[in-house]
Amino acid sequence: MKKELLLGNHAIARGAWEAGVEFAVGYPGTPSTEILETLTQFPDVHAQWAANEKVAFEEGMGAAIGGVRVLVTMKHVGLNVAADPFMVFPYAGTNAGFVVISADDPGMHSSQNEQDNRYLARVAKVPVLEPSDCQECKDFVRAGLELSEKFGVPVMLRTTTRLAHHKSLVEIGDRTTVPKREFVPDAKRFSVPIYRRLLRPKVEQRLEQLRAYAEETPLNRIEEGDPMIGVVTNGISYQYVKEVMPQASILRLGMTHPLPRDLLVDFCAKHGKVYVVEEGEPFIEEHMLALGIPNIEGKQRFGVIGEYSPGRLAAALGLGEVPEGFASEINIMPRPPMFCVGCGHRTVFSALRQMRVTVSGDIGCYTMGALPPFEASHTTFCMGASIGVAVGLERAGEERVVAVIGDSTFVHAGMPSLVDSVYNRSKLTLIILDNSTTGMTGGQPHPASGKDIYGGHAPRLNLVALCNAAGVEHVSRVDAWNRKQVFGAIREALEFDGPSVVIVHGPCQRIPEMKQREIIPFFVEEELCTQCEACLKVFCPAITLNARGFPEIHPAECTACTLCAQVCPPEAIIPLPPDRSGTP
Amino acid sequence: MSEHEKTYGVLFAGVGGQGALLAAEITAMAAVSGGYEVKQTEVHGVSQRGGSVETHVRFGKTVWSPVITPGRADLVVGLEKLEALRFAHFAHQSQGTILVNDHEILPGSVTNAAETYPHEALTFLNDKGYRVITIPASEMARDLGDGRMANVVMLGAMSNLLPIEEKVWLDTLRKRIPEKYRQPNLKAFEAGRKMSDPPKG
Ligand SMILES: Cc1ncc(C[n+]2csc(CCOP(=O)(O)OP(=O)(O)O)c2C)c(N)n1
Repeated sequence: MKKELLLGNHAIARGAWEAGVEFAVGYPGTPSTEILETLTQFPDVHAQWAANEKVAFEEGMGAAIGGVRVLVTMKHVGLNVAADPFMVFPYAGTNAGFVVISADDPGMHSSQNEQDNRYLARVAKVPVLEPSDCQECKDFVRAGLELSEKFGVPVMLRTTTRLAHHKSLVEIGDRTTVPKREFVPDAKRFSVPIYRRLLRPKVEQRLEQLRAYAEETPLNRIEEGDPMIGVVTNGISYQYVKEVMPQASILRLGMTHPLPRDLLVDFCAKHGKVYVVEEGEPFIEEHMLALGIPNIEGKQRFGVIGEYSPGRLAAALGLGEVPEGFASEINIMPRPPMFCVGCGHRTVFSALRQMRVTVSGDIGCYTMGALPPFEASHTTFCMGASIGVAVGLERAGEERVVAVIGDSTFVHAGMPSLVDSVYNRSKLTLIILDNSTTGMTGGQPHPASGKDIYGGHAPRLNLVALCNAAGVEHVSRVDAWNRKQVFGAIREALEFDGPSVVIVHGPCQRIPEMKQREIIPFFVEEELCTQCEACLKVFCPAITLNARGFPEIHPAECTACTLCAQVCPPEAIIPLPPDRSGTP
Repeated sequence: MSEHEKTYGVLFAGVGGQGALLAAEITAMAAVSGGYEVKQTEVHGVSQRGGSVETHVRFGKTVWSPVITPGRADLVVGLEKLEALRFAHFAHQSQGTILVNDHEILPGSVTNAAETYPHEALTFLNDKGYRVITIPASEMARDLGDGRMANVVMLGAMSNLLPIEEKVWLDTLRKRIPEKYRQPNLKAFEAGRKMSDPPKG
């Protein structure tokens, strides 16, 4: 058997391919994004980015009832957006296998909240599988698809950041071709909501059958050890338990919804003391408490907030302290992320900082506009919220409210809000940061980018026409690297008595076309420089002060965006002549 | 514990864009070729925008957790001084080694004069009793033609301190580094390797 070192997300993609998935769809979100990107490398799977998670889920749902195996991917908060179809799909049930990845983010490495989606699955009455390593990331996709077909139910495969973003060895195999199932129109199942009442008892019956399955499935397994100490665990926590309590008896739950009643009761009856080690919420523990199991201990000892780790478990069990770092003894200042060299978002936040307006921000790279040195973004909640929150702030009496949203986020959840704001006679100014990609998650194309997931050309949403169609009377489109234009357009929009939109166009420096470009870097002609430091106020990471006290532009990093040159009073920042390249 | 029973832990720390991830990936691949079970953590998303980056590699006969427990790492490899300091406590106090690239990248808060950079980081760690090896990796890489190869210089330096043969390292580099950059990177690796003592005992 061939083994490869695979990232959890690569293993999931591989698993989908091997298990005969034909259609994979999702919306980018850390830590789920690489799954779909990897699937583009497999010829027998069609992958596509959807406009948002709800659309992705619905496209997947359609394909699954249409008869092909489906994988849908999103991060935990994505499932909130897709919650509507997620909650109703189990009523009708699926035809071919349907697995949705919920990539949760304990520790909030790159998320706006910590949310344990096993609870959403419980509300939806959907089974949940939780792998513990990369091999299982792969294997559980197949197990999930088979479970889905066996019970006609959508299945959630829940991963977490550590699982999705760690590598370990995985045995790889070949693809199983799965024949397409026929789509049989059935009004009682698929189309007439009133019949859902008839389906309602079936949902409960199925849940009971799934519970019985959970008692038997090898996804849940017991590893016998010390009869005095038992551990019930799931997901990545299993690895930490093996590390810290190698002698304990373990009940590893690979299926955490519905939970196996008898297995849990029997396991606990056979062990003196049972620890419940599950990262996140006390999902398993509450169930065990509800079953009246007396000898367990979980959240009280290990905590609810943040990621688990071997060190944290050891400390909680009194097995040794973990050193904390030296921040109390020496200045270890944080190193927050910042706008990349040449990022067009910089111009907009320079303008907003100067104009002292109330800024309702959104989720994307531009969220960093809230941090020093710009500090020009005053609210951030969830994708698309900038516009609705701006309308509310206006209603509450704030004047000169600006909403700032990225292009991917605008397409994802901003479009209905823009229509709403015009309809409800808001006068807000909306700035759309059109960088032709979903920057924050590593650069995925979207409907306004003109590209598809395979890098090919795709129909491109015309943002100007869309805003016009929504009824916005003042729409302008400017070059992100032209300071005068950007400042002028925002000022004009603010003065306009009615809703206005400024589209700031400048592709992300990380997309392939921009990276492959020939660049002539700029440099500081020290003879002309007056050391006024205006260029430093651009806050470009490529500019630092040199030993002589002059600003210096790192030639390998410069993108020739010219923002520093535009603010230099003596015009001392100029393109590096060819004979001086490589200096200083 | 014999070399074969032990689980090794290497933590790489640096600034987004310095190639900490690539160094970790090569280490993980080399450990696989060396016949070990391997786990490696990665960081994606926010951490790459010039923020601090941390990645762990663990290898041995059996590896459970992919993350290293503070105080247990055999090696902490810092591609930048402040980042080495931030993650130094992961190193084993008596048996661990901290390898540091003698290179400073000032965070935004320092450039804005709101904070002072801890230039004395290495003395501080020495005084704490850690074994600290300083390598002028960025300078060496620049002399070899491209400062961005500092990660590979550091890789060379640390390769001496792990039970993986030189040939395995070189084969892995050849496999992982694209043709266009291969020769200079092999040179960078060799230069780094000369900078550290072979393992004792
Ligand atoms: C519901 C939801 N889905 C996905 C994400 C992950 N995510 C964070 S920001 C972002 C979009 C960023 O793209 P864009 O708005 O174009 O701004 P940019 O980062 O390119 O500046 C995504 C998809 C999320 N936070 N919430």
